This record gives sequence, structure tokens and C-alpha cells, in this order.
Amino acid sequence: MSLESPLLEIDPLLDDRKTRIVVCCGSGGVGKTTTAAALGVRAAERGRTAVVLTIDPARRLAQSMGLTELDNTPREVAGIDRSAGGSLHAMMLDMKRTFDEVVVQHSDPERARGILENPFYQSLSAGFAGTQEYMAMEKLGQLRAQDAWDLIIVDTPPSRSALDFLDAPKRLGSFLDGRFIKLLMAPAKVGGRAGVKFLNIGMSMMTGTLSKVMGAGLLRDVQTFVAAMDTMFGGFRTRADATYRLLQAPGTAFLVVAAPERDALREAAYFVERLADEDMPLAGLVLNRVHGSGAAQLTAERALAAAEALEDYAAENAAEDGTEGAAVDAAPDPDGGPAENLAGGGIVDHGAGNADSRQHRPDSTDEDDGTGTGDTERLAAGLLRLHAERMQVVARERRTRDRFVSVHPEVPMVDVTALPGDVHDLEGLRAIGQELAEGQPAAA
Amino acid sequence: MTGKGGTGKTTVAAALALALAAEGRRVLLVEVEERQGIAQLFETEALPYEERRIASASGGGEVHALAIDAELAMLDYLDLFYKLGRAGRALKKLGAIDFATTVAPGIRDVLLTGKVCEAVRRKDKAGWPVYDAVVLDAPPTGRITRFLNVNDEVAGLAKMGPIHKQAQSVMRVLKSSQTAIHLVTLLEEMPVQETMDGVAELRAAGLPVGAVIVNMVRPVLLGDGDLAKAAADRSAVAVGKRRTAVAKALSQAGLGGARRGGVAERLVDPLLAQAHEHAQRVVLEREQRAEIAALGLPVRELDLLSDGVDLGGLYRLADSLRKQAVPGITYPAALVPDAQADDALDDDVEVDEDVDVAADDILDDDVDVDMHVPDEDVADSAADDEDA
Repeated sequence: MSLESPLLEIDPLLDDRKTRIVVCCGSGGVGKTTTAAALGVRAAERGRTAVVLTIDPARRLAQSMGLTELDNTPREVAGIDRSAGGSLHAMMLDMKRTFDEVVVQHSDPERARGILENPFYQSLSAGFAGTQEYMAMEKLGQLRAQDAWDLIIVDTPPSRSALDFLDAPKRLGSFLDGRFIKLLMAPAKVGGRAGVKFLNIGMSMMTGTLSKVMGAGLLRDVQTFVAAMDTMFGGFRTRADATYRLLQAPGTAFLVVAAPERDALREAAYFVERLADEDMPLAGLVLNRVHGSGAAQLTAERALAAAEALEDYAAENAAEDGTEGAAVDAAPDPDGGPAENLAGGGIVDHGAGNADSRQHRPDSTDEDDGTGTGDTERLAAGLLRLHAERMQVVARERRTRDRFVSVHPEVPMVDVTALPGDVHDLEGLRAIGQELAEGQPAAA
Repeated sequence: MTGKGGTGKTTVAAALALALAAEGRRVLLVEVEERQGIAQLFETEALPYEERRIASASGGGEVHALAIDAELAMLDYLDLFYKLGRAGRALKKLGAIDFATTVAPGIRDVLLTGKVCEAVRRKDKAGWPVYDAVVLDAPPTGRITRFLNVNDEVAGLAKMGPIHKQAQSVMRVLKSSQTAIHLVTLLEEMPVQETMDGVAELRAAGLPVGAVIVNMVRPVLLGDGDLAKAAADRSAVAVGKRRTAVAKALSQAGLGGARRGGVAERLVDPLLAQAHEHAQRVVLEREQRAEIAALGLPVRELDLLSDGVDLGGLYRLADSLRKQAVPGITYPAALVPDAQADDALDDDVEVDEDVDVAADDILDDDVDVDMHVPDEDVADSAADDEDA
């Protein structure tokens, strides 16, 4: 390992009762949701009363956590080992419902109905892209205020930029302070045409312009909407600010999730810098999908050279069909060797049972059917080529990682080994949690 | 071009633009997510909000690129469509632009799609389309339908007036046979699931789905027979025999001693474990391929560039896309199974409408799995079948 980062220690973070919020962020496709879920399972089984707020989990992962309906309420996850006194709830964010809840909470029933029925509101809240970020933060604030959990783990939305959700509360704030909104509200407040004369020329030009661009009907809808929202904006704003401060508070820990790929780590680096700018507490970087090798002592170059030698040999042998493989004649190893390597290997089900029959030609002539000269060599060559590919992946990942570490040597990191498939059960989440906690450098 | 985050849709969009340009077309490659992904791919400085040429190809083709900045697009748009130069700037002062492009992100999507359609329709003085093709590096699969359909929603909100008209005309282009929405995926469960969902949503919205492009396809390095050997054997005796034989072969290749504890012998377990993982992955990938094939869409595959995507790699991907188009078809952008001319569209770019890729090579499992396998292994696998 060329460059070393401090190790990110997950268990102390999860066990610390002062840790109240863990935010998993990072670009899309790096396993953020899985990481959040694995942290939730681990925290719960270590005694925390935890809740995981996910935005858009893969279907089977959601099912494994019992998240079959989108009802915007945390549900307890079955199958969690509660012996340490903890528990796990999980929920998927329903944006529209969260928005509706905010409206209802902050206005009287009549006004709330007016807003909920407004077509402009309906479009906005039905999840125009971007609303997710506001609502994720709003939901986080709600969960925190409920105080039913001592640890909230948040998965952030798959934004166009991983940073959108950080900006959401601020943007909302600056929008609400803006003159534009006052302008929009002006005509509605003063009541149609009678009010226009009180506006200065610029203002009336603006409303005229807006009306021209938007069409009178839409402008009216927007104005009504804004006017109706007016009273609740104060509360909205206060909450947005509170959520933002919550993210800066000492009880919050940000985990940047990445994969050892250029783009993901570039985004991660950007995120690390941004969090520092915003005084948001970064706990460290979770590097998912890292490849390792148990045979790292064998370089890609030597493996390829050996593979070629074996393939040459096999080809020669095949040409002189019937000639025994003279070079391979060491005594058979009496030791059966550990079967574990291949145990549980029933995943490829074709060819089982016959695959063994033709590859021990050199020492098991009883199975010789005359078709497989050089089989073992070819298998060994294939294994070596596979290894060479793996070593190249390992080297590339190391370079990408080193680039990040050079720039941000202070950021604690932990690796999670790449798995052949996706995780969709608690057992898999536990295994990932275990790996997160052990913090071993990746090794297959 | 859409796709789940991390599938490389920007790369594939750029490769498609290059592939189209390589056939002599003038192509505009548009980016809407303000990430400067195109500039990074083409190894140029950050793109301003203006169209500029970033690559030229043999046969006179060119790729121009545009990174749309939502705020500037808004001013541009107001100016272009509503002749609001000064008023637009006044709106900006008031914070209206901020409002429109950030707080109400739907408006942002209206601007972006509007800008793209404007480029599609733009004509030069002689009345010819300025661009033969426009490739849009679109938002991810999760929100592509909403993004493209935003104008339907707007047309519903603004029931009359210029916004209504503009929204309707953008939808006409997007729903026409001139548009093809391609989805980039990996052979992994989540991206494939998202692709399936995305295709269903697009179809339900009446948006024209193009091809599925499987990106970062990793080579299958073991033949079926060896994969089976690596994964399936269960008996301790068989495993022991194999270990011994492999150790000997490794030793023979000069990798150290085959005896127990020897250098070569110690490689055997890790190598077999890697083969086992590889076999698992191949099986999972086959399942994902079958899911993709079930969509009934044209499928293209792009190999993983093991050293990451540099400019050279991008051109190789473009080349690969070209080669995978059915020979004789000169318009790979329209990888649409059923591309019917829409006569209602009078003011649009003319494209080759007689594209018929219906007889396209939907993935054939056998062919693809064996794609990277040396001949011996194919023979081996055939022999295995006989044995069975």
C-alpha cells in the first residue's frame, strides 16, 4: 500500500451516544443506500435505537427491510437481533406526502386546503426534480424533532450533484428573502387591478411581463399559491435554518461514500471540501467495491507470462494427441485440501459432476477419455489470466485512491470489498457492517 | 441518453456523438447537469454556455458541445421566445431567475428541454438544419420521464399563452420519431432494475424508447467448462485433485514449487477463489442479460476500458458503437425499432426516416458469453456438454 489514510473506525462512531445523525452522501451508483442500511443494522444490533431514512432503495433491499409500502412513517425492521437493547426502523421518503404534511402543519385547515388544491402546488410537490432534497431535509428535521430514535441514518437523494441537498435549505431561505416573491404576492394581496396603480412602473412592467410569459391563468395560480404559502413560509424558513444548523451540530457525522473510480472519488473530494467550507462534521470516507487479491504477491505481468507458457504447452500437447504431459508428473498430493474454497459453489449449475473428469490426466488415467489433453494447463492459464485482470483492477483502484489520499491525507477511510452481486438481505447487510467495522484493507 | 448514476451515460453520449460525426454528420452534444463532464472527457477546458466545436471526424463530421447553464438559458430563452431582453435582466435582479432555476426545478427542466429542441430545429439561412443530430446527456433514469415530460405538465398548468404553445411544441418533438431515448446500464442488478422501470415509465408516457446500451462489459476470461469447474465441484477429493493438478501446472509455468506450502501451491487457493467469484459474476450477468433481452429493445454492448476512459478510449467506444449498428444503416441515433415518419412535424430536422432496425440482433446469450473466450475453451465447453 503506497499511501495511507487514518482508518475510519465505524463502531466507535455508532456506539457513541452523542452521535445522533449519520448522513451518507456521495455520487450515484456507489452503494450509498446499502451503506446506510448496513450501518443501521449494525448500530441497532449494537444497542442503538436507530432509524434509517432512505430515498430510493433498490426494490429487493427495500423488501429485505420490510419496506413494502410508501407510507412515510418509519416501520420497524423485523429480524434484527435486539439482544443488545437496540432496534431498527426504516422508511422510504414520500416527497409529496412530506410536503403536504408541512403545509397542513403550518397553516389553518382552510388555507391548507387552498394550497393543497392549487394546481401549481400540485405540480411542485408531486416531485418536480429537486423537491426531493428539500423534503429529505425536512423529514430529517421531523424525525429528529420526534426524538423517538437516538440515531438517525440518512441516505441522500440521487441528485444531479451530490451537493444539492446541502444547498436546499439555503436556497429556500434566499428565495424567501427575495424581492421576487414579494412582487409575486403583491397583486394578489392588494386584490387585482385596484392594486396595480400602487405599484411602481418597474413592478407593473414586471407583472405585465410575467403575465405575458406565463399566461394569465398560471400567474394567478402562482400568486394564489405564494399568497397562501405566505404565512407558513416563516415556519418553513425557520425549519430549513434549523435543519441546516442540525447538520453542523457535533452530534452529526457525515460519511462520504465512494467507489474507487475516478468520477466517484472526484465527487467525493469535492464533497469533502464542501463540507469543510460549510463547517459540517466529516467522519470519513467509505470506499465501497474495492477489489483485492489473496495472491497479490503474483504480479499481473508474471501471471500473464505464465499463462502464455501454459497455453503454449497445452497447444503443443493437443497437437501431439496422446502424448502424456511429461512435465506434469509430480506425485499426487494425498491431502484433499480445504474444500471451502469451492464450497457453496453450486451457483453455476451446469457442468457439475463432469467437470472434474478430464483434468487429471497426468495422474488419473482411469478417467482418461482421450479428449482433454492439456485441460489442466488451460484451466491454470485461465486462472492466471483472471488473476492478471484482477491485479490490473487492484492497481488501477490503488492509483485512483492514492490521488484522493494525496489531496486529502487527513480524511479517515475504510474499504469495503467488492461483492459479485448485490446485497438484498439482512445477512448481507450484516456482513457489510462487519467489514465496515473491521476496517481491514481489502483482501479477497 | 439516460442511465442510472455511475453507469457512464455521459461517456456513452459522447461516444454516440463521435460515432455519428464519424459518418460525416454535424452533431451537437448537450450537457444539462452542470458537471462539465464533456469537457473532462474531451480533455478540454470547461465549456462556457455556448456551442463550440470539440472534435472533428473524418468525412467532414464534427461534434459541437454545449453545457447548458440554467440561469443563462433562462435569459436566453426569454430573449429568444418572448423578446424580453431588458425585462429578462430585470427579472434576474429581482431574483426571479434564481427562483425559476433552483426553487422550482421544474422550470429548469422546461428551459433545458426547450433549449435542446431549439437546437434540433435550428436552420441555417438556406433552410437546412444546423445540426444533423443532437445528443443529449440527460438526467438519470430515475427522473428522465419527468424531465422529458415536464412540458406536458407545464402545458396543463399554463392553459394558454406563449408558455403553453412552447411547451406543446417541445413535446411534439420529444414524442416524435426523431427522438430516441437510449438507456445506459451495467450488467448489475440495480442498474438493470432501474432500466426496466425507466423503460416502463417512458413507454407509459408515450416517449420513444431507443436502445439499451450495456456499458463496461467485462471480459469473460474462463470458458463455460472452466467456469463450471471453478464453481461447481463439491467433493473434497475432486477439489484436492484439482488443487494438486493446478499447483503442478503453475509450477511447470515457473511460478515456484508445487509441493504443499510451495510458492505455486500457495497460489492455488486464492486463484480458485477468484475464479469462483468470476463464475458467480458471470452467472449474475447472464441473468441480467436475459432481463434486458426481455425488454425487446435493440441492445448494444460496450466493453469495459480497463484503464479508465481517456480520449483514445472514447474514440474506441465510438467505433464500437458504429460497428454494432446494422450495416447499411446510416443513422445510429435512431436505434428505434419502429421509426415512422411523423408528417405532422413540419418544422423539424430531417432525418433518415426509413430506419428499420427491427431485425436487430437482440442479445444472444450463447454468442455473447463466449465472445471473449479462446477457441480451446469453446471446444472444451462443447466437450463438457457431450460428457453430460
